[in-house]
Amino acid sequence: MAGNRRNFLKQTGLGILGLPFIGDSFYHRLSYADSSVLPESGRTKSGKAKSVIQIWMWGGPSHLDTFDPKPGAGRDYCGTWDKPIATNVPGIEISQSLPMLAGCADLYAIVRGMTHGSFQHETASYLMQTGHQPGDGLVYPCLGAVVSKIKGHDAGYDLPVPPYVVLTTSQGRFSESGFLGTKYKPFVTGGDPNQSPFLVSGYVVEGMTEERQEHRRSLLNSLDIFGKVHHENQWVGEVGTARSNAYRLLQGDAVKIFNLDTEPEKIREEYGRNWFGQSCLTARRLVQKGVPYITINYRGWDTHKRHFETLGRRQAEWDRGLSTLLKELGHLGLLETTIVWWGGEFGRTPKIGWDSPWFGGRGHFGRCFNVVLAGGGFQGGRVVGVTDKTGENIVSRPVYPQDLLGSIYQMLGIHPDSPMPNEKGIHVPMMPPASDMGRLTEIMG
Amino acid sequence: MMKRIVQFGLLVLLLAHGTCPFFLRGEDGNPFVSDNPFQIKNRIDEILVESLRRKNMEPAPLCRDEIFVRRVYLDVIGTLPTAQEVLAFLEDTGTDKRSRLINTLLERDEFADYWAMKWSDLLRVKAEFPVNLWPNGAVTYYRWIHQSIRSNKPYNQFVRELLTTDGSNFREGASNFYRAVTARDPETLAETVAQTFLGYQTASWPEAKQKELTVFFSRIGYKETAQWKEEIVFWTHQPLDSQDVVFPDGTKGTVLPDQDPRQVFTDWLVSPDNSAFHRAIANRIWYWLFGYGLVDPDHIRDDQPPVHPELLDYLSRELAEAGYDLKHLSRLILNSAAYQQSSLSRKDTGTEVVWFASYPIRRLEAEVLQDALSQVFNVPVSYQSEVPEPFTNIPARYRTISLPDTSVTNTFLETFGRTTRDTGLETDRNNNITESQQLFLLNSTEVNTWIQKFVANRRINGQVFNGQRSSDRRQLLDDIWLTILSRRPTQAELNLVAEEFRDRTGNQEQTLQDLVWALLNSREFLCKH
Repeated sequence: MAGNRRNFLKQTGLGILGLPFIGDSFYHRLSYADSSVLPESGRTKSGKAKSVIQIWMWGGPSHLDTFDPKPGAGRDYCGTWDKPIATNVPGIEISQSLPMLAGCADLYAIVRGMTHGSFQHETASYLMQTGHQPGDGLVYPCLGAVVSKIKGHDAGYDLPVPPYVVLTTSQGRFSESGFLGTKYKPFVTGGDPNQSPFLVSGYVVEGMTEERQEHRRSLLNSLDIFGKVHHENQWVGEVGTARSNAYRLLQGDAVKIFNLDTEPEKIREEYGRNWFGQSCLTARRLVQKGVPYITINYRGWDTHKRHFETLGRRQAEWDRGLSTLLKELGHLGLLETTIVWWGGEFGRTPKIGWDSPWFGGRGHFGRCFNVVLAGGGFQGGRVVGVTDKTGENIVSRPVYPQDLLGSIYQMLGIHPDSPMPNEKGIHVPMMPPASDMGRLTEIMG
Repeated sequence: MMKRIVQFGLLVLLLAHGTCPFFLRGEDGNPFVSDNPFQIKNRIDEILVESLRRKNMEPAPLCRDEIFVRRVYLDVIGTLPTAQEVLAFLEDTGTDKRSRLINTLLERDEFADYWAMKWSDLLRVKAEFPVNLWPNGAVTYYRWIHQSIRSNKPYNQFVRELLTTDGSNFREGASNFYRAVTARDPETLAETVAQTFLGYQTASWPEAKQKELTVFFSRIGYKETAQWKEEIVFWTHQPLDSQDVVFPDGTKGTVLPDQDPRQVFTDWLVSPDNSAFHRAIANRIWYWLFGYGLVDPDHIRDDQPPVHPELLDYLSRELAEAGYDLKHLSRLILNSAAYQQSSLSRKDTGTEVVWFASYPIRRLEAEVLQDALSQVFNVPVSYQSEVPEPFTNIPARYRTISLPDTSVTNTFLETFGRTTRDTGLETDRNNNITESQQLFLLNSTEVNTWIQKFVANRRINGQVFNGQRSSDRRQLLDDIWLTILSRRPTQAELNLVAEEFRDRTGNQEQTLQDLVWALLNSREFLCKH
């Protein structure tokens, strides 16, 4: 592992020459930086997807209680949820707790053979979001940061909303932007889309008028003496630029995009009047505007204890939100160009812990679990991979994180084997090579 | 380019004739323009002036007191001075007051907090991915670092303990050094040691030389215990394949079969004759105080001479002669006129700062900014770890600079680019300016709520501003400026405030809020200068 990286570094002759901010130019002016040339971003022509909506099931959702039910496994595996329901695609059954999603299985593919073998949140999250194995001395960026790098500002992206948006709290666990740096971190909205107004950090402040905003800006201009005295200073100039850009965002259409009150009440109800439903609706609005990557960071699936009580309370919420999102994207003609990716860092132990302190809980399970892919060229109404009768082992078609993420990249028109673009002169490919079974060609259009 | 020259010429002309706009005049208390000449205070200054003279440059004037007090608080204790602290310093009439303040700050608790944070960045104190120290290990490691800094442990001893301590990650803090890596193969351990203590990037070395270094770290073992996530780091006692070893500087040595190769390496590393060792740390301390190194602290190499070679030679000799007393070195630098220069260079051609002919302007670090906001607005911040193994809750009375572990974080710190502690490189900290950061400061509910409370708490007899006595009004403005910018308002600023209240009599509360908002968003607040 480490040896591989060493070889990459050797090719550049320098290694990770991460230079500090201002330092970049500071050291450049003294000409002791390397002059590594940025590799090409490696776009392919085949992919037609323009955006990704990632529904991140933070904590790891149970595969048995979502898209891979095992009714024959008995009470120790199913609890009372042993009656899966047929979907609108003959032969595909899913958990009885997801009736609305059962009605639109033609829109999505279920990948039941996901695996990476890690049972720890942090490593598993890293694997599922970056596609890379840890331990080679580099921390890779997650998919959203890479998309933000390739399709964002560096590529002329000019919308009033940043190219990588996370609803509504940051993911934590690891640094999303990895070695790409802060510039490619997501914009985290804060606030609650189910509240009115949806207080998007930096965009919407309760009671703030446009007039007052303008007045503040001119006041700042008169009072920022320091900036004027130091107007030749490079740092001072950079803050000025960032400030102007922020104002451009703030005064553009973004505020309207985040204003869900302009949606018909009927639509809002269809998504569900709760945080998740309205996050899905927000994601749809962002996709409509052309934002390339949106993550809905959906917490609360680390259900070690009283698993069925929690799911009993919460499944209906995302059954409604997700199915409405898929259907609406379909009606709007956006599903063809939008990948919806549902899944967490791993699944949960098929065998239920009935005793204290779990009281019917499920632990971490990285050996096999499921994800769902829809749109952007992925074929709906399909199942990839089979697990055994208890959902503890893969019987056929394992899919590794690099296969899943490589497939998503490909559908986005980004070649997964091309070099990872970066400013630090690190020469590594976007994705590790696909596993023996390869990327998800069986459902890739 | 032409435009720049014209602007600059204009500025000089205006300054000369005293007809410049209010914000450029020195006489009404503009604190950024200083008339204090550069005075040689110690050997650092002699070397700097001589070195600059050869480049046809002059150092900047000494900064004014109100600039110095803010700067030295931020650089030494990572904490904004309170209004009272600023006033106490400004009112002190002693000629040695800067030295006395430096001495006081070096003994403050926050000094240990802030410098432990810097060291924890380098030593990768992080419970979670990718170094996976686990919460208990991270805290034990951090405590050891903090205690070492607090007691001003000599640097050679500090490094010796890091490199040779065996034992449990939960009991022996320093034993976590060899665990705080992304991979535990001898190559990675060797790379990490070279990068941390010598500033070398061994990846650019010939393979044979890399192997010579790797040998020293090839006999380290790890074993689990019955306690969850506890781990023992130990010397395997397995003799090296060959007794003959070569150190990175090319000198040869011997590791006997009953010797721990790490001990032999450490003897070489911290030896007073090993100038690479003191140069790396002297440069790092300079980097920490100026924001830039005399050389790139992450990649010291032969083909890249320092900015002022004699200065680095002097600092590193001084450190070795003072028994590796890091505080002594900091004190020396802080007392130099070099450090106390204005951030406005004599001729601003953009290159002065590169040669340390002015004090470099840079953004407050994420943690320092969070604490500064918390102090200014009196809003405590508490932290919880996202990871339930075990849950970590940091009560609000702890400051952000004293967080042991970067796995415990919040959106603010992530947005402002706190160190990830992934690589241990200085550049792991990202002090970039981004639109997201600006959006937060310009227009977020958090900031607005803080400002509302700040203003509401300053009412006197229910009056916001206009209804107050003129002396109270002046005191209020002094307090606001001192709290946020660590200086009093200038006459021009006072006039501007008066104008605001004259023009917007409707809602005084909002007027004052808007003024506070503008100060908070000024570049002066956002940076060290």
